[in-house]
Amino acid sequence: MESRIIEVEGPRGIVSSIRVYQGGSGPDLLFQHGAGGLLPDDPFLARLSEHFTVHAPLLPGFEDSEGGEHLRTMLDFTLHAFDVWETLGLTRPLLAGHSMGGMLAAEMAAVAPHSVDALALLCPAGLWRDEAPVTDLFAALPFELPGLLLHDPAKHGVLLSAGGDFNDPEFLTEFLVGNARRLGTAGKLLFPIPDRGLGDRLYRIRARTAVIWGASDRMIDPSYADDFAGAIPDAQAIVVGEAGHMVPYEQPERVVEVLLGLRS
Amino acid sequence: MKFTWFNLMPWPYLPDDFREKYRSVWVDIPSSLYDPVKGHEVYNTYLDELEYAESLGYDGIGVNEHHANGYGLMPSPNIMAATLARRTSKSALVVLGNSIALYNPPIRVAEEFAMLDVISGGRLLAGFPVGTSMDTNYCYGQIPALTREKYKEAHDLIIKCWEADEPFAWNGRYTQLRYANCWPKPIQKNPPIFIPGGGSLETYDFCLDYDYVYCYLSFSGYKRAKQLMDGYWQRVEERGKDLSPYRAGFAQTIVVAESDAEAERDYRQHIDYFYNRCLHVYPGFADAPGYRTIKTLKANVTTQMTRQALGDVSKMSWDQLVGDGYVIAGSPDTVVSRMQDLITSLRVGNIFCLLHVGDMSKDKCMRSTRLFAEEVMPKLRDMWPEYADDDRFWIHPIDQAPRAAAAAVGA
Repeated sequence: MESRIIEVEGPRGIVSSIRVYQGGSGPDLLFQHGAGGLLPDDPFLARLSEHFTVHAPLLPGFEDSEGGEHLRTMLDFTLHAFDVWETLGLTRPLLAGHSMGGMLAAEMAAVAPHSVDALALLCPAGLWRDEAPVTDLFAALPFELPGLLLHDPAKHGVLLSAGGDFNDPEFLTEFLVGNARRLGTAGKLLFPIPDRGLGDRLYRIRARTAVIWGASDRMIDPSYADDFAGAIPDAQAIVVGEAGHMVPYEQPERVVEVLLGLRS
Repeated sequence: MKFTWFNLMPWPYLPDDFREKYRSVWVDIPSSLYDPVKGHEVYNTYLDELEYAESLGYDGIGVNEHHANGYGLMPSPNIMAATLARRTSKSALVVLGNSIALYNPPIRVAEEFAMLDVISGGRLLAGFPVGTSMDTNYCYGQIPALTREKYKEAHDLIIKCWEADEPFAWNGRYTQLRYANCWPKPIQKNPPIFIPGGGSLETYDFCLDYDYVYCYLSFSGYKRAKQLMDGYWQRVEERGKDLSPYRAGFAQTIVVAESDAEAERDYRQHIDYFYNRCLHVYPGFADAPGYRTIKTLKANVTTQMTRQALGDVSKMSWDQLVGDGYVIAGSPDTVVSRMQDLITSLRVGNIFCLLHVGDMSKDKCMRSTRLFAEEVMPKLRDMWPEYADDDRFWIHPIDQAPRAAAAAVGA
């Protein structure tokens, strides 16, 4: 997967530099990442690129993407995502998003229902029920993350830390600095409660939608799959076994199969 | 020198196994640990101590703001200051301070501070902290990466409220008021403003832009504060400002007894209660991602976040706490000498004297407070003779004569 920096114009002459990973062949797919960002040599994007031309922009604060000072609200982020879309020259990509990125993708499809035909939401954030509180990612300690995000931390834990050890102070320092940048941006959408009113707008979505959830997601309870699928007019909920919040990484084949089914 | 007597107002009944049983003294400490009937006694005792401090000649009496905090029982410092405004007549009311990003709309702070200043006859000293992550983000839900921008806007609104003579429209990003109009206005046109900081260049500059007092409020004592305060003074010089020590303040835990041995005997358990029980904060709440700038973060990253560190409940000893300067403890002579070190090494004109510590009884607190006022303060008063006339950073009350006095109880 190749990557490059694109310049995206914002209000009053503000320009943000956005790193975009691109690769593969086939229909366009625009992927919105979660609060953790992409993984090194992202294995899920690699699988997607076997079937799609993948475009995965990184929000400011993630890797070397910069210039998000003007992004404060859900609407700011949604319009910024369309600005990126236009800068990339996309027309009608399959829109997919994971976790926070799923929240963003759903918001985009609700704000511009005539622009999005196909939508894949992978354990999206954005709704809240008191009976199933979303885990407070912002107060979680790094060493707790594998247990919260993965069905099988022993098998896939290395994915999250790229081989580092969250109990090693040196690695931890580096991780925390990067994490502060990433979650600083993510907090604008997710803190303190990841609900910016999306539930009131889901009815507007016209896209064929797949809502995919890991059955053992400990970050956002899988029961939210039905809430999303129930509120979006043309949506189907798919709960995938032996997967947690990182379902695209723990069960990539199953997820890719669902996405292939969304093609027109 | 200006001495402000400070009480954090800790809950003195945290159980012995608090650290083992609960993950944090702040944010998610269960309120079942609080007993409001005992709380009645606690609040009134603490207020008695503040009033007592005034009677001994402390220049200021201080209150602050915390939320869901087992060692700081003042979610509304303005309520505490209001009771003190009526029961005192000389000391500055040091409200350190109102976390202005948390008040909606923030004109509320302009109004309440003006009320305090008017009731007290111009004795308000106003603090505007950005606030800790625990209070601001986790307890009060502010988005970490937007907190500073919101703080700055609130500051600008409050200052304009105090300065404007006519209603004005405020079209802010976080607050919109068609009619911003602060009734009452403060007696002091510009009450002195103190800003707590933690070493970021942005805060140094903010204080110097407006000639506010930079305050380092730490519990780790003066020896550890040297590097940070040196950074501040270096910035003051770079900005071409005068080096008045009244531009800076520092909080220090202090206990005074007749002798060093008596200090250890009488105060050790209370110091232990505060440092080894009250300061038990879950590291996941200490620093919401995005709250601190990346530059500040790189310099101060905590490594308390490992599984191993989390399980560590080792305690700091009296010798360590006193030896490393977390606590200044001992006979009046010992305390004078340590305080001289503190004042000259940090170059500070304002001391926030943390003279109530942990679960200390009223009797012990009053004794320590009295010894400091009578035996220590007089020997430190004139440490900055060349700045003796510098009154830019302190309160300017109205004359005693026209000031209304509180009637005696039952009168």
